[in-house]
Amino acid sequence: MKLYEFQAKEIFARYGIPIPEGEAASDPDSARAIASRLGGRVVVKAQVHVGGRGKAGGIKLADTPADARTLAAGMLGQPLKGLVVRHVLVERALDIAAEYYLSATIDRMSKRVIMMASAMGGVDIEEVAASHPDKIVKLVVDPAYGPLDFQIRDLITEAGFALPAARAIGGVAHALYELMLRCDASLVEINPLVVTGTGEVIAADAKFDVDDNALYRQKDLVQYREETEEDPIEAEAHRRGVTYVRLSGDIGIIGNGAGLVMTTLDLVTREGGRPANFLDIGGGAQAESVRTAIEILLMDPNVKGILFNIFGGITRGDEVAKGILAGTESLDIRVPVVVRMAGTRSAEGRALLQGTNLVAAAGPIEAARKIIELARAQPAAARSGPESTSGELG
Amino acid sequence: MGILVGPDSRVLVQGVTGREGAFHTAQMVVYGTKVVAGVTPGKAGTEVTGVPVFDTVRDATQRTGANVSIIFVPPPFAADAICEAADSHVPLVICITEGLPTLDVVKAVRFASERGVRIIGPNCPGVMTPGSAKVGIMPADVFREGHIGVVSRSGTLTYEVVNLITEAGHGVSTCVGIGGDPIIGTTFVDVLDLFRDDPQTRGVVLIGEIGGSDEEMAADLIGRGYPKPTVAFISGRSAPPGKRMGHAGAIISGNTGTPESKLQAFRRAGVYVGDTLDDVVSHLIGLLAERSA
Repeated sequence: MKLYEFQAKEIFARYGIPIPEGEAASDPDSARAIASRLGGRVVVKAQVHVGGRGKAGGIKLADTPADARTLAAGMLGQPLKGLVVRHVLVERALDIAAEYYLSATIDRMSKRVIMMASAMGGVDIEEVAASHPDKIVKLVVDPAYGPLDFQIRDLITEAGFALPAARAIGGVAHALYELMLRCDASLVEINPLVVTGTGEVIAADAKFDVDDNALYRQKDLVQYREETEEDPIEAEAHRRGVTYVRLSGDIGIIGNGAGLVMTTLDLVTREGGRPANFLDIGGGAQAESVRTAIEILLMDPNVKGILFNIFGGITRGDEVAKGILAGTESLDIRVPVVVRMAGTRSAEGRALLQGTNLVAAAGPIEAARKIIELARAQPAAARSGPESTSGELG
Repeated sequence: MGILVGPDSRVLVQGVTGREGAFHTAQMVVYGTKVVAGVTPGKAGTEVTGVPVFDTVRDATQRTGANVSIIFVPPPFAADAICEAADSHVPLVICITEGLPTLDVVKAVRFASERGVRIIGPNCPGVMTPGSAKVGIMPADVFREGHIGVVSRSGTLTYEVVNLITEAGHGVSTCVGIGGDPIIGTTFVDVLDLFRDDPQTRGVVLIGEIGGSDEEMAADLIGRGYPKPTVAFISGRSAPPGKRMGHAGAIISGNTGTPESKLQAFRRAGVYVGDTLDDVVSHLIGLLAERSA
């Protein structure tokens, strides 16, 4: 789960990381009110979960509250890099003397938390990594001890941070690690970490990803989830415990196991189709959860066909078949459905589906081809297909 | 022979009385795996399909000499279960549980490595050496004993590939599901090292996916001269960046974890990467035939 900058900064403040004075707004008038309360020059920042906002016109300076209102009005409700802006953050503009980079993330290679620092802040760190890899200094943290004082000092010295600010930056680094642990963050990034003309150290931006697996013990952060969810179907799927990712195509895909579903998406793409989603019913799914999966998938109006790819292990083919039948009986399925079923109790499952209008396929490639063909034959406008539960296809 | 598990494996099941734990304990026993003990705190003295249950791993290992642990404990407690097994010096700990907080895994990996204990997983289907030991949740009936080593980040996809191997008249030496999480105890490189020294394994199928750079590391290892024919498959090639595709570890972030990077690495190393699982299996069988000709 990604947090917005303004949410991340709320947490930063709680852990003693200095942030600019400011507040989030969801409408232009509030933006003006915040700007007038702050007084002087402010920066208006579109809140979206994507990097490179500045270049895309999502970060702008305003000299008056009226300007701040105009800028906010121009951002709110508008798409920025494909995402609709629902909040802007209005902050006092900083007098910037230096821009640094500081982050903590989980490093898959060392299997530990890694902290990174660079004196080349304010630009995309991946660009720095590509052009000046020597300008990024890393500290792999031993989970038994956390980052030790001297290690943080080394990190800061090697990164080349200017001296008067170094002590304050050390404090920020310790706080960053502390909040990463306490909040189960998978990434916390400050870019830029600004040193002002008067020598203050301030986190001018904040990127904050929370480990979804840890949300059960991060009750404080769960409140952010609803507002950060970009897609209503993904939000509903999450509420019902379905692993669903919405994509941009029209072939709905359901399978058991993340690897199998990913491979099914790849196959459909390779055969010239465009997947509408990723949906994994997981291991050992019962009929009811299969029915729910179909319901979620059909919330997407773009879906013109459904492909089931099931390889039974702990998942039983007959149980999945019962779920599919329950779906066809209780839901108004007006699109073709192709089912490929192998593995545990797949023969029983296939037998259950015989005599319905569901299309059987022997292997995954055949299944992909069939559903693409059938979806193409659908009238583009309306999924106003005829039969829903009766018919003689087999 | 095979690797990691075999006829000498004495298996301990942590979380044995839970729904999944009890079900798969029975399945492992039916397969002929030596399941010697179960652990559920507070349930000592009971039995699950004839397997004695203990309160602690220490008790269980002292009484039964268990040398492999398989974990079905729910996610909030699973990392602690790994540490408990490691502290009793169970040399191999296989964590089936999915959904462990990543920072818990970081801690458990540190704790286990300090004690020389190997972790497989978390979020994995386990390890199986057909004919001698199934320490996992895979459907046993698709497996046949043979000479192909299988190592995979995915569960279901593994069953699919093993099924293809069996249908082609071949079999598996050992199948290792390393897990779909971002931090896992044992990686492709570790398993390739083990397969290298296993006389029964003549060739290897590697099933990778988007996210991380373990596939690239494996490709490097093979490129430096790996003695056994190896083929690879990468799932998630059509996945959009930034979206977590089911597995916590299957996500393209920035420039890392892309399918292109993995494909290039394997190609550079001279490893065949198939578009479909059928391609992968038939290519490896071809390579094995050339070798024995």
